[in-house]
Amino acid sequence: MDVLVNLLSASFYEGLAFGLVAIGVYLTFRVLAFPDLTVDGSFALGGAVAAILIVNDINPWLATVAALGAGLCAGLATSLLNTKLRITALLAGILMMVALYSINLMVMTGRSNIGLLRQVTVFDQVSQFLGIDDKVTLSIIFMVVLTVIILVILNWFLRTEIGLALRATGENEQMVRGLGGNTDMTTVLGVSISNGVVALSGALIAQHDSTADVGMGLGMIVMGLASVIIGEALFHPRGVTAILLAVIGGTFTYRLFINIALRYNWVSAGNLKLITALLVIIALAIPYIQKKMRHEWVPPAARM
Amino acid sequence: MNGNEGLLQLKGVSKIFGRATIDEVTALDNVNLNVHAEDFMTIIGSNGAGKTTLLNVIAGVYPPERGGKTIINGKDITNLSEHKHAQYIGRVYQDPHTGTASKMTIEENMSLAMLRGQARGLSIATNKQRRDQFCEALAPLGLGLENRLTTQVGTLSGGQRQALALVMATISQPSLLLLDEHTATLDPKTARIVLELSEVIVQREKITTMMVTHNMEVALRYGNRLIMMHKGRIIVDLSHEQRKNLTVNDLVTAFERASGEHFADDTILLSTADPDEKPDNEQ
Repeated sequence: MDVLVNLLSASFYEGLAFGLVAIGVYLTFRVLAFPDLTVDGSFALGGAVAAILIVNDINPWLATVAALGAGLCAGLATSLLNTKLRITALLAGILMMVALYSINLMVMTGRSNIGLLRQVTVFDQVSQFLGIDDKVTLSIIFMVVLTVIILVILNWFLRTEIGLALRATGENEQMVRGLGGNTDMTTVLGVSISNGVVALSGALIAQHDSTADVGMGLGMIVMGLASVIIGEALFHPRGVTAILLAVIGGTFTYRLFINIALRYNWVSAGNLKLITALLVIIALAIPYIQKKMRHEWVPPAARM
Repeated sequence: MNGNEGLLQLKGVSKIFGRATIDEVTALDNVNLNVHAEDFMTIIGSNGAGKTTLLNVIAGVYPPERGGKTIINGKDITNLSEHKHAQYIGRVYQDPHTGTASKMTIEENMSLAMLRGQARGLSIATNKQRRDQFCEALAPLGLGLENRLTTQVGTLSGGQRQALALVMATISQPSLLLLDEHTATLDPKTARIVLELSEVIVQREKITTMMVTHNMEVALRYGNRLIMMHKGRIIVDLSHEQRKNLTVNDLVTAFERASGEHFADDTILLSTADPDEKPDNEQ
């Protein structure tokens, strides 16, 4: 019984914390149709910025907001490469992801790892404030409140006039321009927000785990994509609110499976990324194979 | 604005694709055109004549070659980006998928259209007042779309989508409406309905209109002015008086006289017998 509770509560916390990454991935891949690979870099950037500020005695809340801001800037850079210099989305993201590796090392003053064990984090401050000592309960409460705030904001934003133009940009860019919408602006906005949310997740997870590592972002896109796909497949969401909730639900399900598999030694921690990659490959291949079996014609995949 | 100046003026507009390559094409060759307020101009020409390129330059999809000018309401908009052109210009495309967003609802599509030329802000895009406006704009179509505001546009038929695109292009009262073979992908009966809807809306809203068509009968029946394009130039420009009693055969003769070539575009000749238009694959 204890095992089950532990598995569920760990997965619940992780579902929310990594759910923010999945929300970011959903915003770019699904809403904007902008396959943004910056995410691996901006997740670590969030962790790095928060950690370096906290060890330099900056208020952890301020450090977390700064991490979000840094993520916004990373997304801004990627989207400007795409909209102003006309570099394809995929390549712009890869370029930023690689550049961010060096930038993150610079942020962490050349160290590849910063420990936060003896530092006061946002979790410690909330723990003091609420008088809750149990770390698991605390992190769940904290993440629930934060996730609800972010979902409410996004749910509102995607229904505003700008948000509507942003969603339409991902679907029919030509139409949006023809109706007087600035698609460069909506793209920049969407990719920036996405990376801001991802960096926020990085900052929180670094504080929760008491460590920021330059490699902590590795595989975040694939994990986020897996969560989005699972959420869509499980819940068949329709409408903005349902989709946002489904993405969080998908992340929880994904983490639960991973935690069960690790707990019973079905997989080793080292194989996790391979398993995740296979999961995404299978999920992406199934629709093609189904169409092929119905003798439907499927166009070749885009290469650029 | 000078009295004899048009609502839209094109001055020395050329467009060359693939410059300095083996595929170099002069799509527009020094076009000068004056479109007057409340003109309903039909534009006809064979494949590659430059009709769609002309609309693309006017809509700001790409700029003309250096020296060319696009002036609307007395304002030079040549070098403004496409979305800035759109504050003056509404457009219905050949493909219904281009003018509407499939995965969004009718009211979301309409909200996007209604904000043409206005700053998009952070207020919720659809509200009661706007829904009433949408109903009012959609009801005259007689398609019942006003009762299906929360339906996804992807579930509508091609004709319904094109009618919706037409309302979306005109709801914010643009100065100029561009219809780019907007009935070409529809079946003959639906094409006729959408054409008639177009005429009704244009006359009711008094919008200056340029309509590209592949069909000579359509070009003669609708509007009050007709231009014929050939190899990137305007070779025939007929006012309402001049084209009043013209037949398709007269148009063919006019073409041959103006271009000095024998008229040999089967797609146009064939399509005269049938209001269904062939898709146009020019740039």
